Amino acid sequence: MEKNEKLLEIHHLRKDYGNGPVLKDVSLDVHKGEVLVLIGPSGCGKSTFLRCMNGLESIQSGEILLDGQVISGDKTKWSEVRQKIGMVFQSYELFPHMTVIDNVLLGPLKVQKRNRQEAEEEAKKLLERVGLLDKKDVYPRQLSGGQKQRVAIVRALIMKPEIMLFDEVTAALDPEMVREVLDVMLELAKGGSTMVIVTHEMQFARAVADQVVFLDGGEIVEMDAPEAFFNCPKTKRAQKFLNTFTFESKDE
Amino acid sequence: MQDLGIRVLFMGNNFIRLLGGLWITIKISLISVVLSIFLGILLGMVMTLKNPITRCITKVYLEFIRIMPQLVLLFLVYFGATKTFGVQLSGQVSAVVVFTLWGTAEMGDLVRGALISIPKHQYESGAALGLENIQIYRYIIIPQTLRRLIPLAINLTTRMIKTTSLIVLIGVVEVLKVAQQIIEANRYTVPDSALWIYGTVFFLYFLACWPISLLATWLEKKWKN
Amino acid sequence: MSEYAHLYVEAAKLTLGLGAAGILFSLIIGLVCSLVQYYKIPVLKRIVSVYIELSRNTPLLVQLFFLYFGLPKIGIMISSEGCAVIGLSFLGGSYMAEAFRSGLEAIENSQMESGLAIGLSHAQVMRYIIFPQALSISVPALCANVIFLIKETSVFSAVALADLMYVAKDLIGLYYQTDEALLMLVIAYLILLLPISLAAAWLERRLRYAGFGN
Repeated sequence: MEKNEKLLEIHHLRKDYGNGPVLKDVSLDVHKGEVLVLIGPSGCGKSTFLRCMNGLESIQSGEILLDGQVISGDKTKWSEVRQKIGMVFQSYELFPHMTVIDNVLLGPLKVQKRNRQEAEEEAKKLLERVGLLDKKDVYPRQLSGGQKQRVAIVRALIMKPEIMLFDEVTAALDPEMVREVLDVMLELAKGGSTMVIVTHEMQFARAVADQVVFLDGGEIVEMDAPEAFFNCPKTKRAQKFLNTFTFESKDE
Repeated sequence: MQDLGIRVLFMGNNFIRLLGGLWITIKISLISVVLSIFLGILLGMVMTLKNPITRCITKVYLEFIRIMPQLVLLFLVYFGATKTFGVQLSGQVSAVVVFTLWGTAEMGDLVRGALISIPKHQYESGAALGLENIQIYRYIIIPQTLRRLIPLAINLTTRMIKTTSLIVLIGVVEVLKVAQQIIEANRYTVPDSALWIYGTVFFLYFLACWPISLLATWLEKKWKN
Repeated sequence: MSEYAHLYVEAAKLTLGLGAAGILFSLIIGLVCSLVQYYKIPVLKRIVSVYIELSRNTPLLVQLFFLYFGLPKIGIMISSEGCAVIGLSFLGGSYMAEAFRSGLEAIENSQMESGLAIGLSHAQVMRYIIFPQALSISVPALCANVIFLIKETSVFSAVALADLMYVAKDLIGLYYQTDEALLMLVIAYLILLLPISLAAAWLERRLRYAGFGN
């Protein structure tokens, strides 16, 4: 896999809601085929960071480039950019008034103006891949959380995005459903997709990431390969953060 | 000479007369609202009963009252009662009767809605303590439903005041009738007074209803949490 | 009884025609006002909320008196029919606006975001995602408003329109046909309103059954 080509570049990004910066001077490159996992304590700005990448949040300064083109300017046609940047949300956000297949087809038909038959074939293939082909004609309310989230992933995938953003996609799920969603993502990663993932699942981060990015207080504190990061974090803040996930045995 | 029209308003006791007319409207509304609230609470409780006969009767009552324009109901009582029962009801009494019938239906449905929204285990835990049905309502259910109901009941008051404007059409002398009389009396001296007088009546109604609406909205927001 | 029936039929036609026109304009006014409020357009937002308060806190009858008897004094002459439609639209617009607004507000902002995230334009998100959901939430309130407005047409006789109330009053006043006039009046309104009321209940049940909700 060629991993040198820069797909998404973020230079000196600053984000401010008006009461102090949420993100201060953050720079990050995402290479083609790379899986980046963003971790950090709640409120560190990792979700905001992700949402800046596809323009759901405006930025105060800095720039974002996709395929070498600046996409953070005023003249950006976000609807074109967003076809190349897929996103999956924590709360699934399926459209409740449409069946599963119509949810998946909305983008291809209305945005990309693709042929219905061809798009439908692909939708079915993707649904089959996540094990939900038999649910294609039901409404979202009839699905479990894990199933909804897998549909949401398919809805993003069918646009053939160059990069996928995952915003805490398992945070709202019951524990037994987390696995089915993570498995789908792991499979995508193996297939060479470029992904940026915000998550609290450390085991998963370790398994899926090429690079782990640790954010705290609105800046990137540490960035490393997963083994190195989890085994011997260099910064105090990262050590402290990782300690919150382990329990000392009472015998020790 | 448009700026002269408003002069009529301050001639003699015209403005006071208009306010007096408005008071008739408000008085009828308030009497009807108070009666409606009491009867509506009773009706609402009856409507939650599982008895098929009471269900059927209350349902027909509610649907009929709701589907008929209030003016039709006024005609039925004002003209119909006289003919059928031989009692001569005055316009004001007819109005109170009609608006109470109407308000009771509206209030009853609100009460029913509030009552059935109380979880079943509230009734059951009351019963488990050995409370009588009446006591369950008195101590457990009604206090919980009141907060939900009070803003709605206040809202009903503004609807009642607005609807009461109809009584001019069965000959009750209220604010619109007084307005007509004032305009008639000044027909030759101030020919354009209608604009000002009716404009004033419009704002009098607004001033009567608006604060009540605001109060209802405020209470609703305040008690939501 | 039949000798007066045609009077009621004519009157009902008038009521329905004016009612339909008023309801149509109410829907348009309501939609525009609710969008102004939804997008919080600076100055217009203020104007809309003043309009809504004025409209909701005054009776239609008084609005009609002002239009029909008041305005001609400053040279604005509007026909009875015109007054009826304007008055009904002025009243209904605010009720429809509230119905649309509550539907729009019920849709989470995250639905907008997820629509944008798959590349839909703002207008496309409104059309395919926000409006269909908002509308289905608004339907019960919209139906209730339609029935409410048709009932409100009963005051049209006050501006010299020969509607159902006018015919009934005529029969009572001129011919002392009280029983018959009142009975026909009730029947006429039942025929007008019962089907609409049943249709509304059916529609509401269907929508609730299709019940979206996540």
